Amino acid sequence: MNTLKIAARNILRNVRRSSMTILAIAVGTMSMLIFGEFVAQIFVALETQNVTRSGHITVFRSGYFKYGSGNPAAYGIHDYQSVIGLFAEDPVLKPLINVVTPTINLFGIAGNFDVEASKTFFGLGVIPADFNRMHLWDEHQLKLAAFYGIEPLNETDDTHGFIGVGLGRILGLCEPLKIPDCTKQQGGDQQMIQTPSGQTKRDFSALEEKSDQSASEPQKVTAPRLDLLAATAGSAPNVVNFYVDKAISQGVKEYDDSLVIMNFRLAQRLLYGRGEKQAVGIVVQLHKTEDIPIARARLEQLIKGKGLHLETRELTELQPFYKQAIGMFSAIFSFISSVMAVIVLFTIVNTMSMSVMERTHEIGTLRAMGVKKRGITAQFVLEGALLGLIGATLGIIVGSAVANIVNHSGLTWQPPGQAVPTPLKVLTQGVSHLIFGIWFGLGALSTIAAWVPAHRAARMKIVDALGHV
Amino acid sequence: MCYSPINDSALKKVSGYCQYVFAIEEVFMKEGPVVVFEKVSKIYKMGEVSIPALNNVSLKIPNRRFSMILGPSGSGKTTLLNMIGCLDQPTTGKIEVCGERIAEISDDKISEFRARNIGFIFQNFNLIPVLSAFENVEYPLTLLGIGASDRQERSMSILESVGLSDHARHRPNQLSGGQKQRVAIARALVKGPGLILADEPTANLDSKTGASIIDLMYKIQEQYGATFVFSTHDPQLISHARDVFSILDGELIEHRSEGK
Repeated sequence: MNTLKIAARNILRNVRRSSMTILAIAVGTMSMLIFGEFVAQIFVALETQNVTRSGHITVFRSGYFKYGSGNPAAYGIHDYQSVIGLFAEDPVLKPLINVVTPTINLFGIAGNFDVEASKTFFGLGVIPADFNRMHLWDEHQLKLAAFYGIEPLNETDDTHGFIGVGLGRILGLCEPLKIPDCTKQQGGDQQMIQTPSGQTKRDFSALEEKSDQSASEPQKVTAPRLDLLAATAGSAPNVVNFYVDKAISQGVKEYDDSLVIMNFRLAQRLLYGRGEKQAVGIVVQLHKTEDIPIARARLEQLIKGKGLHLETRELTELQPFYKQAIGMFSAIFSFISSVMAVIVLFTIVNTMSMSVMERTHEIGTLRAMGVKKRGITAQFVLEGALLGLIGATLGIIVGSAVANIVNHSGLTWQPPGQAVPTPLKVLTQGVSHLIFGIWFGLGALSTIAAWVPAHRAARMKIVDALGHV
Repeated sequence: MCYSPINDSALKKVSGYCQYVFAIEEVFMKEGPVVVFEKVSKIYKMGEVSIPALNNVSLKIPNRRFSMILGPSGSGKTTLLNMIGCLDQPTTGKIEVCGERIAEISDDKISEFRARNIGFIFQNFNLIPVLSAFENVEYPLTLLGIGASDRQERSMSILESVGLSDHARHRPNQLSGGQKQRVAIARALVKGPGLILADEPTANLDSKTGASIIDLMYKIQEQYGATFVFSTHDPQLISHARDVFSILDGELIEHRSEGK
């Protein structure tokens, strides 16, 4: 007689109790699964947002990360092009790298003097082609670029770029940039300007380096203009004209209120003036996030090998919020999982204890017939494990169905720190480890939970069990 | 040593229950007592209260005989039978079953010993409710690791012997009291044990059914020569037994034997 068959029949013996037990486990499983998939979705969404924005690894000049952000000009990478070549052509890194590109991070003041508004900004100088490629990175097939309406950066005119929607609002560019939820401010929105090259300026753009103006002489454009002021490497004030093609949302309010994405060459002019053009960082975006450790180790090996005064920083160091969010949601998931595990544990212990009590006579009979103690233990443990696995399987089936419904519901939510609503989705692809982990975990937990009453059943004195009424 | 038919490779060649039990007889011819009690006492402790169930009992149960333990309720019959069946240990004294000193064997070994050598028939039938009559009978063979086809053959054969082959697929709750007890008898017999113990097997049956069950047990014993020990409080059943052990207040007061 197959022990499994007997266990299955015993489960059906008290259908109502078994159903309630299975239902409790299924609900627990479903909760864990859906929340786990929701958390997984948050993780990959955060990862995608950060990786598209700033890559997986950034190489800085040594000391920049700790001391250089206040004075980026002093921490430039001189021969950045040969360093990029070194990385891009390395046989180990080449297959791992999607984009390797120089970048400039700088701070300054953006002014729209037509409406007499100015605001400090965080500027990101990027190579447009590389920036556009980086924003196509979508390892987890989330299509966030489409959702946030990210458009390609102008590759032909280096005075053009994007700003954050928040900055656009602050600087009174609601109308020309068609920023949603943005009312007309006092002083009126800036009119589209016909770029008056050489026109007398009534703002601090008069300070702009004249020699560079010719190099970046814009064609006739119809885009709102900002004046960007920053300090050069020599601490002299420097100004460039910047034409805003679009206000974009990066999802985070702090970013949206201060971000200026500009052409790398324009950023170089702003930061280095007439001096040597450098890069502040070299961003490395990989095809897969899981390759970070290998790629970083190799980068450091190359840097050391060439004796370069550079350091590497990866995603979690560059974006502390990413790490904190993962830590927080992991903690919440662990807490919910623990609560569910305790519920499953007590449910199984209770059900199996009842079963042992009801079947005391049967236990005595089996022992009298020659079933060993471990045979009795195995019988009850198997029943507990079966209950757990049936409940977990049911929970996963129903949970997966609910997850699909959520994903097709079109609902949105606004995560903490996010500037705009984001789609309410749960991750259903690539979560087999989560599904198997929950299924196996609850199965194992049920087995362990059943072991306590099973062990008690096996240790019963046979004569007491037979005499049990 | 009790006979263990399962280990006998010659038995695997036989087919049909009669031939099978015939083989038992061949190897279970050893005369002498199958159970020996030497000054056995059993005291149950309930908190601080000690309840003596058996007091200094010495007896020898002869091999291949139909023996009866007779006594009123509370006299210690079940305690005595439990000890014969290696289900309980004495407080003092020595017990030898099929030549084995039970106190010296580990729990696992005792379980194996019971599985091979002892069949039980209980007052309340004690069938496993989730198993059919056939499966209940088959179960002891599973414990002995008998192959599926052999199990099937032996189980159906013994069910036929107790007249229940038509009810093989019925669950216990679909059987009458008498039928349940027949299944229990078949279950006890199927492995060909050296010793079959029945604790008041007729107590929960009407007199007519009870008599038929005793007749059946008696016939099986007569036909196949297994050692049957059953307890009862009904003196009317004495006529069936060749050895009667009368017990009162935990003490053996009389042993009557046809052979004596």
